[in-house]
Amino acid sequence: MTATATPATTPAAGASAADAPESAHAPDSAAATSPAAAAPSGSARTFLARHRSRLIAAGTAVLLLLGAFLLGGGTWPGRMAVDLSGPLGDTSDWIIDNRDSHPLFLHVLGHVSNAVVLSVRAVYLVLLAAGWAGVTAAAGVIAWRVAGVRLALGSVAAFAACGLLGMWVPTMQTLALMVVAVAASVLLGGLLGLAAGLSDRMHRVLRPVLDTMQVLPAFAYLLPVVLVFGIGVPAAVLATVVYAAPPMARLTALGLRGADAGVMEAAASLGATARQRLLTARLPLARKELLLGLNQSIMMALSMAVIASVIGAGGLGDRVYQALASVDVGAALAAGVPIVLLAVVLDRVTAAAGARLGDAPARGARLGWAIAAAVTAAAALAGRFTGRLGWPDAWTLDVAEPVNRAVDWMTAHLYTGVPVIGGTADWAAHFTTWVLDPVRSGLTWLPWWAVLLLVGALALIIGTWRTAATAVLAMAGIGVLGVWEPALDTLSQVLAAVAVTLVIGFATGIAAARSARLNRALRPVLDVFQTMPQFVYLIPVVALFGVGRAPAVAAAVVYALPAVVRITAQGMAAVDPAAVEAARSLGATGRQQLLQVQLPLARPALLLAVNQGVVLVLAVVVIGGLVGGGALGYDVVFGLAQGDLATGLVAGAAIVCLGLMLDRVTQPTERRATAGKGA
Amino acid sequence: MARPRIAVLAAALGLVALTGCGAADMTKQASPYAAAQGARTVTLSVQSWVGAQANVAVAQYLLEKELGYRVDTVQIDEVPAWDALSQGRVDAILEDWGHPEQEQRYIEDKGTITRGGDLGVTGHIGWFVPTYFAEKHPDVTDWRNLDKYADELRTAESGGKGQLLDGSPSYVTNDKALVKNLDLDYQVVFAGSEAAQITQIQQFAKAEKPFLSYWYKPQWLFEKVPMTEVKLPEYTEGCDADPEKVACAYPHTPLQKFFNTRFADKGGDAAAFLKKFRWTEKEQNEVSLMIAEQKLSPEEAARKWVDANEPTWREWLP
Repeated sequence: MTATATPATTPAAGASAADAPESAHAPDSAAATSPAAAAPSGSARTFLARHRSRLIAAGTAVLLLLGAFLLGGGTWPGRMAVDLSGPLGDTSDWIIDNRDSHPLFLHVLGHVSNAVVLSVRAVYLVLLAAGWAGVTAAAGVIAWRVAGVRLALGSVAAFAACGLLGMWVPTMQTLALMVVAVAASVLLGGLLGLAAGLSDRMHRVLRPVLDTMQVLPAFAYLLPVVLVFGIGVPAAVLATVVYAAPPMARLTALGLRGADAGVMEAAASLGATARQRLLTARLPLARKELLLGLNQSIMMALSMAVIASVIGAGGLGDRVYQALASVDVGAALAAGVPIVLLAVVLDRVTAAAGARLGDAPARGARLGWAIAAAVTAAAALAGRFTGRLGWPDAWTLDVAEPVNRAVDWMTAHLYTGVPVIGGTADWAAHFTTWVLDPVRSGLTWLPWWAVLLLVGALALIIGTWRTAATAVLAMAGIGVLGVWEPALDTLSQVLAAVAVTLVIGFATGIAAARSARLNRALRPVLDVFQTMPQFVYLIPVVALFGVGRAPAVAAAVVYALPAVVRITAQGMAAVDPAAVEAARSLGATGRQQLLQVQLPLARPALLLAVNQGVVLVLAVVVIGGLVGGGALGYDVVFGLAQGDLATGLVAGAAIVCLGLMLDRVTQPTERRATAGKGA
Repeated sequence: MARPRIAVLAAALGLVALTGCGAADMTKQASPYAAAQGARTVTLSVQSWVGAQANVAVAQYLLEKELGYRVDTVQIDEVPAWDALSQGRVDAILEDWGHPEQEQRYIEDKGTITRGGDLGVTGHIGWFVPTYFAEKHPDVTDWRNLDKYADELRTAESGGKGQLLDGSPSYVTNDKALVKNLDLDYQVVFAGSEAAQITQIQQFAKAEKPFLSYWYKPQWLFEKVPMTEVKLPEYTEGCDADPEKVACAYPHTPLQKFFNTRFADKGGDAAAFLKKFRWTEKEQNEVSLMIAEQKLSPEEAARKWVDANEPTWREWLP
C-alpha cells in the first residue's frame, strides 16, 4: 500500500499550499482543496500538505493493527446485512398486480408510455415515408450545410452502407428511437443544466446526482424500468434518457457558469431583465458547450441502443442480440456496423457544427438551406414515384459469411497449441490462475474492516475527506446489501482488467502522442472499438479465451482501452513543449525526458485516464456476466432474465456502490470540468 | 415576478391536460413499429435459443406469405416474455418450457394469458458429455461415476473441481442443488449466455477435449457435436418440488404455446393459424440447423422448409 501512497502528494494540495491561504474563493476549488487547507499557520500547513500521504499511510497502519486486535478477521458479518429479498419481491408483485388498474399507472405512467410510443412512431413513419432516397439525401444535405462537403459524402456513404448491409429498416427503427430519446435527454438535461447554471444551490444539489448517474452501469436500472413500463420501446427510451441526459445537464451548467462576466455586466447595465440576459447573452455564449452536450448525449444514447435491445427496444440492437442466439458473429457485425457508422457520422457532424459556431454566417446561408430542402424533397419524391421506398433487396451485400469464416479461422488457429507462445486458451487459463485467483483470494482474505480502511485511506490520499467518506460509505453499502463476496469477486476482475487496460493504454497513448501518423491511424480504430456494441465481440472473446472470468476481462479491456488511449495521448500532447525543450537542451535522453518531464507534467491527464478506465471497465461487468464472469454481473443478468427484482436490483445497486467507491478512490483532485470526449 | 407563476401554472395545466384526460391502459400498447404500412400485424416473442427462432421463422413466413400479415418479432427472455404477453406487447409465445408461477399468476388469477396448446415438440434438459468421450469411457454416463472423471474435467474456472458448464441465466436449472445433493466433486460454471456456452462447447469439440455440460433437447448442436446424456437419479412426479432438495433428473416436457387473451379471442386468422401450428422435433431441427449451421437467415430457412413441406403446413391454415 505504501508503494502507491508515497508518490501521491496531491497536486491541488501542493498548489494551494504554495498560493496564499485565501486562494480558494471559487466554490469548485474550495471543494477540491485538501483538508490541510484548514490548518491555521502557514508552516504547519505546508508540512501537513507535504507529508499528507505519509501521514495517512501511517495512520492507516496504526488503525490496521488496532483493528486486528479489536475486531478480528472475517468477511462482512451477517448481522450487519439487510436482506431485501422480501420487500423487493413484494414491491415487484405489487407492481405486476396493479400495473393494469392502479391510478398511478393509468393516469401518469401510462401516458408517459403512450407519449413515447406515439412520438417514436411518428418519427418512424416520417422516415419510412421519406424512403431510403429521401433519408440518405437529407443526411447528405444536412451534413453539407453544417459540416461541409467531405462529411456530406461520408454521411451519404454511411447511410448507403446501412442499406447495403441489409439493415435499412432496423436502422430506421434505431434512428427513430434515437431521435426521441436524444430530444428527451436534451430537454431534460438542458432544464437541469439551466437550473444548475443559474442557481448555486441547485448546482450543489445536482452535482453528486449527476456524478452518480455517470458511474451507473446502464444494465443496473434496466430491470426496474422494465418492471414499471414492461418490455418494449417506452422502457428502452426512458432507460436511454437516464443514461444520456447527465452530460447535457453538466455541459449546459458549465456553459452558463462560464459566461464572460464582462458581457453579463454590460448586458445588466443596459437594463436587460434576467430573462433577456439569459436568452440574449448567457445562452448564446454557451452555444459551444450546449452543442458538445448534444454531441455527448447522442453518443451515450447510441451506446445504449444495443443494451436496450435486451428489454425489447427493437432495431439494430435487436438484430445484434438475435444474431448471438445462433452464434453468428457475421450477422451480429452486419448489424453492429450501422451503429458504428451512425455514431461516427453523428459525432463528426455535431462536432463540426460546434467548431463552426461563432463564425460569421456565410452569405446565402438561407439559400443553401432552401437548396438542401429542395434536394431532400426531390429525392424523397423520386423514391416514391419509382416505387422504391424500401431499400432494394437486390442491393445488399452479405458480409456475414466471410466474417464468420475469418472468425472461425482465427479461433481455430489461435485457441490452443500455437508453438512456443501457447494458444489464447492457455493464456486465459494462466491469467485466471496466476492473476485473477490470487487477487480474488487476497481481497476475500482481508477482513471487511480492513477493506473499508484501505478504501478510505486511498481516497483520502488522492482526494478529499469528502470523497473518502463517500468511498467508505459506498463500500459499506455493499456489505449491508449482503453481497460482500460476489462484490469482491467483481472487484478483483475490475482491478485486473484496469491494470491490463492501463499498461496497454498508456503505452499506446504515449506512442500516439509521439507519432502523429500513429495517432491518425489509431483514430478510426478507437472509434470502432468505442462504438461497436459490446455484444458483437462476446462470441469472439469466448472463442479465444473460453468461458470464464478471462474473457470477461478481455471484453472490458477492449471497451475501456480507447478512452484511456485518447486521454493519455491528449495529456501527453498538451505538455508544455518549452519544458521538454529545456530538458533536451540540458542533455536529457529521450527516456529521461519521458520519465522525468512529460509523464509528471501529464499526471492529471493520466489520473483521469485511470479514473475513466475504472468507470468504463465497471460498465462492462454485466457483459462479463454473459461470458462466464459470474459475480455481480451474472446476478444482474439473472435478475433481468428471471424478472427477479431482489437478485437483480441488489446486484445492480452493489455495482453502483462499487462504481462510486472506485470513482472516488481514483478521482483526480482537480475535478474534470467537462465530460470529456470518450468519457 | 408574475412570470414564474404563469410558467408554473402553465406547466401544471399541461400536466393535467396530459394526465387528466382519461386513463391510459398499460395493457394496450403495441410496438411503435407495428403495422407501419397499414397492415394487420402480429408480434411474436423470440427466445434466445435457435429452436424458438425456427418456430417463429416458419410461423412468420406463413403469416406473411399465406395470410397477408406483417409480423414483428422481439427477442425477450422467458420470464419477461410472460410479462410482455400479459401486457399485449407481444401476441404469442410459441415455445415455453414450463413456468408454473407465471401460469398461476397470468392465466388462473388475471386471465390476461390463454393457453395455446402443444407445440408438438417435447423438451428435455439433462447433463451431457461428448460422445467421443463417452465411447472411450462408457461408465461416465452414470452420475455415480462422475467423480472419477472430475480431474479430467477441471478448468481454470472450476477451482480444483470438475467443471459442470451451465448456460444462460434465463434457463430452468437445478444444477447447483443437484451437485450439492448428489455430493459430486464438481463446480457449476455459468457461461452466462447460450451463445457463450455453444462457443465453448464447439471449442472443446474441436480439440476433442472432454467436458460435462447442462444441455437440452431438441437442439441443433447435437448434429454438430454428438453428445451422450449422463443418467441422473430417475425423475419422478414432484421430485423437483423443493428446489433446495432436488436430487433427480429433469422431466420430459411437452412444450406449450401461449397467447395474449385478447389476441386469442380477436386475433382472427392469425390466432386460428397459430393455435393449429404444430410440428415435430425433427422438423424443427431441420429449420434450426439451416439457421445456426448453414447460417441462412431465419427467413430463407423458413422458405426452404415451407417449399418442401406443403402438406404439413396446409393443415395449419384456417
